[in-house]
Amino acid sequence: MAVVWIPPFLESLTGGAHKVTVSGRNLRQVLNSLDTLYPGIKDALLEEDHIHPSIAVVIDGATGHLELIEPVREESEIHFIPAISGG
Amino acid sequence: MTATARQESKGSGPFKVVGTRTTRHDGVDKVTGRARFGADISMSGLLHGKVLRSPHAHARIRSIDTSMAEALPGVKGVATAQDFPIIRGQALDFSGAVSNARVTAEVILAHERVMYAGHAVAAVAATSPHIAEEATRLIRVDYEASRVERLGSGEDTSPGSNIASHIQLKRGDVEQGFGEAEVIVERELSTQTIHQGYIEPFASTAHWAPDGHVTIWTTTQGIFGVRASTSAILGIPESMVKVIPMEVGGGFGGKASIYLDPVAAVLSKKTGHPVKMVMTRKEVFEGTGPGCAAIMRVKMGADSSGRITAAQFWLAYQAGAFPGSSVSGGATTGTGPYNIDNFLIDGYDVVCNKQKTSGYRAPGQCQANFAIETVIDELAERLGMDPLELRLKNVVKEGDRMPTGVPFPYIDLRKLEETMKTHPHYSAPLEGPNRGRGVAVAFRGHGGQGAPATMNVNADGTISLITGAIDLSGTRTTVAMQAAEVLGLAAKDVILTVVDTDSVAQTGTTAGSRVTFEMGLAAIAAAQEVKRQMSARAAMLWEVQPEEVEFQDGVFTCNRSPAKRMTFKELAGRLARSGGPITCSVYAPSTGIGPSFAGNIVDVEIDPETGKVDILRYTAFLDAGQAVHPGFVEGQMQGATAQGIGWALSEEYLYTEEGAVANTSFLDYRTPTSMDLPMIDTVIIQVPNPHHPFGVRAVGEVPIVPTLAAVANAVYHATGVRMTRLPMSPGAILEALEAKKAQE
Amino acid sequence: MTGRTHVHTSINDTDVDFLCESRQSLLEVLRDVLWLFGTKEGCNDGNCGACTVIMDGRIVDSCLVLAVEAEGKTITTIEGIAQAEGLHPLQQAFLEGDALQCGICTPGFVLAAKALLDREPDADETRIRHWLAGNLCRCTGYDKIVRAVLKAGKEMREEAP
Repeated sequence: MAVVWIPPFLESLTGGAHKVTVSGRNLRQVLNSLDTLYPGIKDALLEEDHIHPSIAVVIDGATGHLELIEPVREESEIHFIPAISGG
Repeated sequence: MTATARQESKGSGPFKVVGTRTTRHDGVDKVTGRARFGADISMSGLLHGKVLRSPHAHARIRSIDTSMAEALPGVKGVATAQDFPIIRGQALDFSGAVSNARVTAEVILAHERVMYAGHAVAAVAATSPHIAEEATRLIRVDYEASRVERLGSGEDTSPGSNIASHIQLKRGDVEQGFGEAEVIVERELSTQTIHQGYIEPFASTAHWAPDGHVTIWTTTQGIFGVRASTSAILGIPESMVKVIPMEVGGGFGGKASIYLDPVAAVLSKKTGHPVKMVMTRKEVFEGTGPGCAAIMRVKMGADSSGRITAAQFWLAYQAGAFPGSSVSGGATTGTGPYNIDNFLIDGYDVVCNKQKTSGYRAPGQCQANFAIETVIDELAERLGMDPLELRLKNVVKEGDRMPTGVPFPYIDLRKLEETMKTHPHYSAPLEGPNRGRGVAVAFRGHGGQGAPATMNVNADGTISLITGAIDLSGTRTTVAMQAAEVLGLAAKDVILTVVDTDSVAQTGTTAGSRVTFEMGLAAIAAAQEVKRQMSARAAMLWEVQPEEVEFQDGVFTCNRSPAKRMTFKELAGRLARSGGPITCSVYAPSTGIGPSFAGNIVDVEIDPETGKVDILRYTAFLDAGQAVHPGFVEGQMQGATAQGIGWALSEEYLYTEEGAVANTSFLDYRTPTSMDLPMIDTVIIQVPNPHHPFGVRAVGEVPIVPTLAAVANAVYHATGVRMTRLPMSPGAILEALEAKKAQE
Repeated sequence: MTGRTHVHTSINDTDVDFLCESRQSLLEVLRDVLWLFGTKEGCNDGNCGACTVIMDGRIVDSCLVLAVEAEGKTITTIEGIAQAEGLHPLQQAFLEGDALQCGICTPGFVLAAKALLDREPDADETRIRHWLAGNLCRCTGYDKIVRAVLKAGKEMREEAP
């Protein structure tokens, strides 16, 4: 099961939980599992079926580029972090 | 002043090309004046465009009357926002981050409302730049002035305030952490609006052909970003827009935004002529995106052993007229390169009636680092600890977590900090009154995008490497060197050309210190594919199996028959008559550019009469991973340091009561000159990056990050005054010294 | 502004005649009329030095010189520095010493430094820093530029008869 780190702005939806363990073989499945546990979390992270532009998804230390079909492994660690820009 | 230790000009470690100081590919063109920058273009029928800008910081546009301008002899066309389709807000991938096409459209020409003094309102195309400028003064705009929001301080957090967004990051329990602290330091610090200060103003030339094809010659960090924005704003397909890159005379993040390209295109459409637009320096200051000002409140506690027990950061960054400050850069590096169990970071994106800010070298991270590293210095002093010892005590290591929660990959910051601590500069005597030494350390996180490249083998044994990644400072050379390393060629034999948007796959903007790393990965992948195809061709010519062909040091051999031997060049010469040329295109996904670390030691002397700060000695440290070209890495370090010194000491936007920029020339906006700086010594540490075949890390941005605090800490140790506002101009220093005297 | 003035001048050892308006700067004519794009515009108000050219042996910001003032003058631009036999020692030193990054300021620096070394080939670091203070560079922090000028000076001294 993958571990999702819940960003502070979503903790109100998870009842304060910082880390949630969910199943899923890609990001979409993980988000669906999360949303079943904590309804509304998917809407907060997505904008028209894309990850919200202000959010970057980091899976096992790497910034994802496949969006919702990004593969997730059994022991993956998933972060939703603020997107940062370069100069 | 000590001389920079120069490495020998031969490959370091196992490498033959990587690690050498090879001559830059674009060098001869640039020292002879042949290189063509944004404005260095002309063509038959060319018209010149000029922009009219708002004198008001906030006003509604009631009407625009362009009739007098249009009547001026020589004027061929006038454009306003009415000439652009009103596009729906849509996400645009630009500069690695995301900007909104609707906002970009508003910035290039105001629609109903001007949001800052200098906001573009209308544009004119005429037969000479002088006539175009005269004509802009004949345009009558009826403004209804509105209330000007100048502060952007983020003080008011209530709904309906000018806070556009809020980021929070946290770990542990800060109250408990502060409870464990022996010493707590609390400070409010602020930094000013600053400009990237590139010497080349924005320039764009556009031609809208009768068949609807638009060609744009422009100075930009990302041609595909210009294409995406322009097509979105003009409401035409991307395939109808071709963007041709000119050389870029400095960007530093500023040229990842666009201002002129769609306007020049519309003027061309209206006039039927190509139109060239070049900003004046005044327009660059008042009309383009500077780096954002910030107000930061920091509270940090440490126990008597020097362990940081808790940290709290409140960051308010001015975005300017539209949301999108670099506060996320500050918040995500908010705890600095320290392992802290309890922290709370709040970052606010605050809008106000100033220029819409854009990125500037390590966006958002310099501001936050100034705050953190000032407070760390004070903590060390209060604890009676050496400031580098305190840093080492809390240093992050592999597996520790960044403020975002993401674990640090393989890093060795301890090595960098210990190198600083044992460097002769750190222990050199610093005698005399009014002198002080400061240190600071920084990290910057990077994201990846991936990169495409196309490679062709030429008959004379050279390689053509084709990319769409703009070369801002020498990446043609550093990328070519990596391909050359794989193919056993000299760097000069890999001819890298940056081509237009029709000639290569979609390529990310040159930003985020990623080109040498990511385009390097693409070049390596392409070179490996070329090697594979060349080996197969050799096998075919020798009538052996491909597995029997080996390639080393630029020579193909057959392991079954030692007599069979061909150099890369010899084989290249036989390609045409053995099945045709060899070519390939690759896409290399991004694989872990990772964070980078830098540190500074600086000595200053303050003139107590004038308040002027002199930099006596400067040593910059950087973990570059494997330095591909040590001379270029030193150049990044020295240039970044100079920019940081300007930010610390002399550069700032000054605004009038009405909200206009008061200092729109290099006379008053004071970037460092050769007289203001000493030699800048560099120490490159090379902790290999496991995610790159040669161990390369990102080097372009992080060297600026520690500079602000390093200089401020040096000023403190020279004067006993904590400077919590930048810049530390002579006037500000004198004021602080007088305040200190009055207190004593 | 229809009246144009005929100007006769020498640019890079070639006689050049041009017509200009009285309001046009030398920089504008070099670039827009003569297409000598090697001379760069960075500020157009005399504060960055990117448009530096040598006029009758002195360095000038060509944005602050009216084109009509070029009448009878001898002008050297970056296009006139390299000779047929190769680069000038300053150009070579900039190239080998990584004294440029983006390159927009480089022509101005090369011309300003040439004017210095032509009269003071033994100029030291302090002298070079003072002399070049009118030329802004945003990429290099000046370190490698100053070193390149020192190196070129040394070479020019050694080459001198």
